[in-house]
Amino acid sequence: MADATNPIKQFEIHPIADFSIGGWNLSFTNSSFFMVTSVVLVAGLLSLAMSKRALVPGRSQSVAELLYEFVAGMIRSTAGDAGLKFFPFVFTLFAFILMGNMLGMFPYFPAPGFHGFTFTSHIIVTFALALVVMAIVIGYGVFKHGLKFFSLFFPSGVPWPLYILLTPIEIISFLSRPVTLGVRLFANMLAGHILLKVFAGFIIMLGSVGALGVLGAVAPLIMVVALTALEFLVAFLQAYVFAVLTCIYLSDALHPGH
Amino acid sequence: MLAPESHSEYAEGAGHAAEAAFPPFDPTYFASQLFWLAISFIVLYVLLSRFVLPRIGGAIEERRDRIADDLDTAAQLKAQADETVRAYEKSLADARAKAHSVAAEAKAAADAEIADAIRKADAELEAQMAESEDRIRASRDAALGEVRTIAAGAAVVAVEHLAGLEVSESDAAKAVDAAKE
Repeated sequence: MADATNPIKQFEIHPIADFSIGGWNLSFTNSSFFMVTSVVLVAGLLSLAMSKRALVPGRSQSVAELLYEFVAGMIRSTAGDAGLKFFPFVFTLFAFILMGNMLGMFPYFPAPGFHGFTFTSHIIVTFALALVVMAIVIGYGVFKHGLKFFSLFFPSGVPWPLYILLTPIEIISFLSRPVTLGVRLFANMLAGHILLKVFAGFIIMLGSVGALGVLGAVAPLIMVVALTALEFLVAFLQAYVFAVLTCIYLSDALHPGH
Repeated sequence: MLAPESHSEYAEGAGHAAEAAFPPFDPTYFASQLFWLAISFIVLYVLLSRFVLPRIGGAIEERRDRIADDLDTAAQLKAQADETVRAYEKSLADARAKAHSVAAEAKAAADAEIADAIRKADAELEAQMAESEDRIRASRDAALGEVRTIAAGAAVVAVEHLAGLEVSESDAAKAVDAAKE
C-alpha cells in the first residue's frame, strides 16, 4: 500500500546481478536493464524498419527516414553542414534519450521489480551525458582550432574594455553548460514522474475511503490522463532539447569566435 | 502544493522505503550507472554509426539519386522531343521554300516560252509583211512596165492612124518616156 503510493519508489535502483570490479559496485541493475533495453530497441527497431530498404518506403521505413532527416535537419540548421560529422553522435544521443524517456512512460514494465524506470531521471546519467557532450566540444574545438578555440570567450566586434566584463560571463556561461544541460533533462523527467505518481496515489487513497471517495477519485484520474499526455510531450521535447543544445554547443567547437 | 504533503505523509508511513537517500542522489549505484551507461551508449553508437545510419542514409541517397536520374532522363527526352519538333518544322519550311522556288521556276520558264513564242510570231509576221510588200512592189513595177508598153503600143497605133507614119516601137517607147517626164 505504502509502496503503491510512494512517488519516490519508481526511482529506486535494484541490483539484478551483483558484479564488481576493483571494489567498484558495477551491478547490473534495473537502470542498466532499461539502458540495454533502449539500445536493443533503438538498434533493433531501426534495423527492422530498414530491413527491406525499399525505394518507396513503407510505414516503418518512413518513420526511420523521418527520424534521420529530423536529426540531420536539426544539425544543419544549428551547426551548419560542417556539423554533420557529428551526426552519428547526435543521433545516438537523441535516440538513446528519447527511448529512455519513452520507456519511462510505462507504469509497469516486464522488468525486474516490475515497476517502470526512467534512467534519464537520475542526475548521474544525464550529467554524464552532458559531460560527454562538453568533452567532445572542448576536445574537438582545441584539436581543430588550437588556442583559437578560446576566442569563444572573446566575442568579436566588441570594444576591448568590455572584455573585462564579457569574458568572465562567457566563461561562467560555458562552464555552466554541462550543469544546465544535465539538470534540465534530469529535473524534467524527475518532476514529471513524481507528479504523475502523486496524482495516481490520490486515486488509490480516495478509492480506499469509500463510495464517495471513488467518486472523488475521478478528478485525479482525469489529471493523471492529462499529465500522461503532457509527459509524453515532455519525454520527446527534452530529448529534442538535449540534442539541439548539443548541436549548438558543437557549433561553437566548429566555428569559435562567432 | 499537495505533492510534498503527501510525500512526507507516505514517506513516514513507508518507513523502510524512505530511510535511504532520495534515490536519484543516492551514490550507491553511481558507478554502476556510469559503467552501464558507457557500455550502452558506446554499443548503441557503434551499432548506429556502423550499420544502421549508413543504411538509412544510403536508402535516402539512393532515392534522391534515382529521382535526380529520372529528372535528368525526362529533361533529356524533352530536349530530344524539342529537337525532333525543330527538325520537323525545318523540313516543313524547306519543303515550302522548295515548292515556292519550283513554282517560280516554272513561271519563269513559261514566261520565257511565251516571250519566245511572241518573238517568233513577230518575226514571222514581219517577214510575211516584208514579203508582201516586195510582192506588191513587184506587181506595181510590173504593172507600170506594162502600162509603158501598152502606152507605146497605143502611141504607135495612134500615130499610124493619125499621121500615117510608121513609128518603131522603141521610138514610141522613148517618146512615152519623154512624155511621162
